[in-house]
Amino acid sequence: MLALIPLFPIVGFLVNAFVGRRLPKRVSGGLASLMMIASFVVAALTVWQVAGLELSNRAIEQTLYTWIQSDNLTIDLTFRVDPLASVMILVVTGIGALIHIYSTAYMHEETDSEFARFFSYLNLFAAFMLVLVLGSNFPVMFVGWEGVGLCSYLLIGFWFKKQSANDAGKKAFVVNRIGDYAFLLGMFAIFTRFGTLDFQHVATAVSPLAPEAGFGIISIATLLLFIGATGKSAQIPLYVWLPDAMEGPTPVSALIHAATMVTAGVYMIGRNAVLFSHAPITLLIVAIIGAATALMAGSIGLVQNDIKRVLAYSTVSQLGYMFLAMGMGAFGAGIFHLYTHAFFKACLFLGSGAVIHALHGEQDLRNMGGLKDKLPITFWTFTIASVAIAGVPGLAGFFSKDEILYETFRNGHWILWAVGLLTSLLTATYMFRLVFLTFFGHRRHDAPVPAHPEEAEPDFAHASASAHGATADQHDAHASHGPASAHGATAGRHGDHLHDAPPAMALALIVLAAGSVLAGYIGIPHALGGHNALGEWLSPSFHAMGQALEPNAVEGFNEAQEAAEGGLEMTLMLVSSLAAILGIAIAFFIWNKRREIADRAARSMSGLHTLLMNKYYVDEVYDAAVVQPIRIISTEGLWRGFDVKLVDGAVNGVASIVDTGSAVLRRLQTGSVRTYAGSVLVGVVVILGYYLWR
Amino acid sequence: MIPLGHYLIVSAILFALGTAGVFLRRNLITILLSIEIMLNAVNLTFVAFGRFAGSVDGQIITFFVITVAAAEAAVGLALIIALFRHRESLNPDTFTNLKW
Repeated sequence: MLALIPLFPIVGFLVNAFVGRRLPKRVSGGLASLMMIASFVVAALTVWQVAGLELSNRAIEQTLYTWIQSDNLTIDLTFRVDPLASVMILVVTGIGALIHIYSTAYMHEETDSEFARFFSYLNLFAAFMLVLVLGSNFPVMFVGWEGVGLCSYLLIGFWFKKQSANDAGKKAFVVNRIGDYAFLLGMFAIFTRFGTLDFQHVATAVSPLAPEAGFGIISIATLLLFIGATGKSAQIPLYVWLPDAMEGPTPVSALIHAATMVTAGVYMIGRNAVLFSHAPITLLIVAIIGAATALMAGSIGLVQNDIKRVLAYSTVSQLGYMFLAMGMGAFGAGIFHLYTHAFFKACLFLGSGAVIHALHGEQDLRNMGGLKDKLPITFWTFTIASVAIAGVPGLAGFFSKDEILYETFRNGHWILWAVGLLTSLLTATYMFRLVFLTFFGHRRHDAPVPAHPEEAEPDFAHASASAHGATADQHDAHASHGPASAHGATAGRHGDHLHDAPPAMALALIVLAAGSVLAGYIGIPHALGGHNALGEWLSPSFHAMGQALEPNAVEGFNEAQEAAEGGLEMTLMLVSSLAAILGIAIAFFIWNKRREIADRAARSMSGLHTLLMNKYYVDEVYDAAVVQPIRIISTEGLWRGFDVKLVDGAVNGVASIVDTGSAVLRRLQTGSVRTYAGSVLVGVVVILGYYLWR
Repeated sequence: MIPLGHYLIVSAILFALGTAGVFLRRNLITILLSIEIMLNAVNLTFVAFGRFAGSVDGQIITFFVITVAAAEAAVGLALIIALFRHRESLNPDTFTNLKW
């Protein structure tokens, strides 16, 4: 039963990969979407089954076969669904299915074979993510972990004829590998310490221990795992691939950012909650990295001009929140935010995709504006999702973000809390900057055309550049795509024939917008008289299996404490709501009313502005500090030095010694029989002489 | 009775003559004859040793050697004829094609 969940997308992948090119788009896209829906249905049934189990033993398992058997190491290919995994499979299959449906409309301009290729990758991506989530031990998780890395490479570089997409795909792959290496080392450390790689066994082994006081093996192992998580989940220092991942088609961004891939790191920490909570130093590092990432990415998001890049930095920032929660030991809060974030971030990305689609590949905010009336569905869903991510009370983001901030404050880390609050303000500001610049005012065309080719490259450039040739003016070439380009560009310019999202896209947008509103209501904080159902549901996953759960411990804190802290929680909630509303107000004032303020601020703080525009020069620093040294060492040292001089030198040296030696020795072979006979005679005489006179 | 040493000396002289013939003559047929002389020098040694050891082993081996020598002469002469047909020469120093 459990195996069916990843099996459906795998079937979709196989069909589309092998016969997809002969299928019409309706069939290949429909099949892929259908497989995801089927997987969602099975997942929902499974979760229903899990919910019916005893609280103390709430998990179902399916062992397919023993994968590795060697001495005391036994690794089964086992899938396990517990409360944590059940939340994840619903998110992955549910949101994944919506993204598939959306993509059938978004990608309709691709040829049949490209279309099928796209959907086969999407299905494979979902399948690997499900393996990652369902795996009951580290190696099975690692299969999924590597698989999503592979699929992200394939999908980011989907338009492989475009150099920037290729580069972005490779960057994602390489950066992820660095994290994966650390993840592997962490896995080894755990095996060395506990002799098992099964999550439950590790949790059982570790739970009787006291939290590590110093920096012992558990801290090392968890820190290594966390480095793996920074690669997958785009945290400092390995977040650099995610913004570049915007080179892929927009639904891919939605899939990577909302349902799969980047949530893997957060999930992994949640999966090993028991282990991590025994390593307080690692947890602190996780929290600090999370908060730092949240703030840094939020500030970059404030000035970027590419609609998808703003969203990408927003994702990095929100993931920072999740890690902050994880680091605070508030695993439930982190997963809660993961779950609400999946809705509104998917909605935002799909909404931005609808905008880009309507504008025929235009991604630059400076060339947008005034789309409110032209794209009503997109506008409303996008706005709802923005309100949700900003943390306005009543929507999904509010509940989860607030829980994180509350947990942070309650743990006494008020600096981290302040950083979180500031980020929350930034989130509201940059999201509404996006909303105002895209949907309000009038259509603009102020982007300095290809000033930053990498940044301003339109999604569909691969199809268009040559079609246009040198005669088309720059802007046309910039904002158009495919065969419809001439018409599309003109239409875009006059703001006329803009089409709102087609039905398949609208469906996904509306469902996700509804989710952005409603998703938070399964985790209403106690202070608001609610019942944190999600926290309670997840709680068994954060304890070793079978451990007796006190009724109060289930909810993370006891009732008496809760009453005392209710007031505090209310106050904090008020503060963060104010921050969100203030952020929206700032955005409204600057980008809707007095846009010149933004320009003036940019000019008066040109140093800061340049710094943010260039993303703190992190890419440049990495290039100088890591990429160039490696390149130089490889070229000069390993290639020209070691390989050419030493390895080639040794091989060629042996050959030339043999060559020279042979040139001398071959003179002995004269061809004259008499000479040979003579040598035989001399030889006989010498040998006989030796024996006679010795 | 003639002592063994005399046989061996004659045999050694014959063998030396044969060897000298092989190395000094420029005619393949003469060389072949020289080889026959060397073989017969050896035969003489065998027979002498056999006689003085009081057994017939030496004489039996000599029969084998004679047989082999006959075969060798047949093959050798055939080769010489074939060579001569090709090269119009019997000087072994001109046959040095088999080399580097």
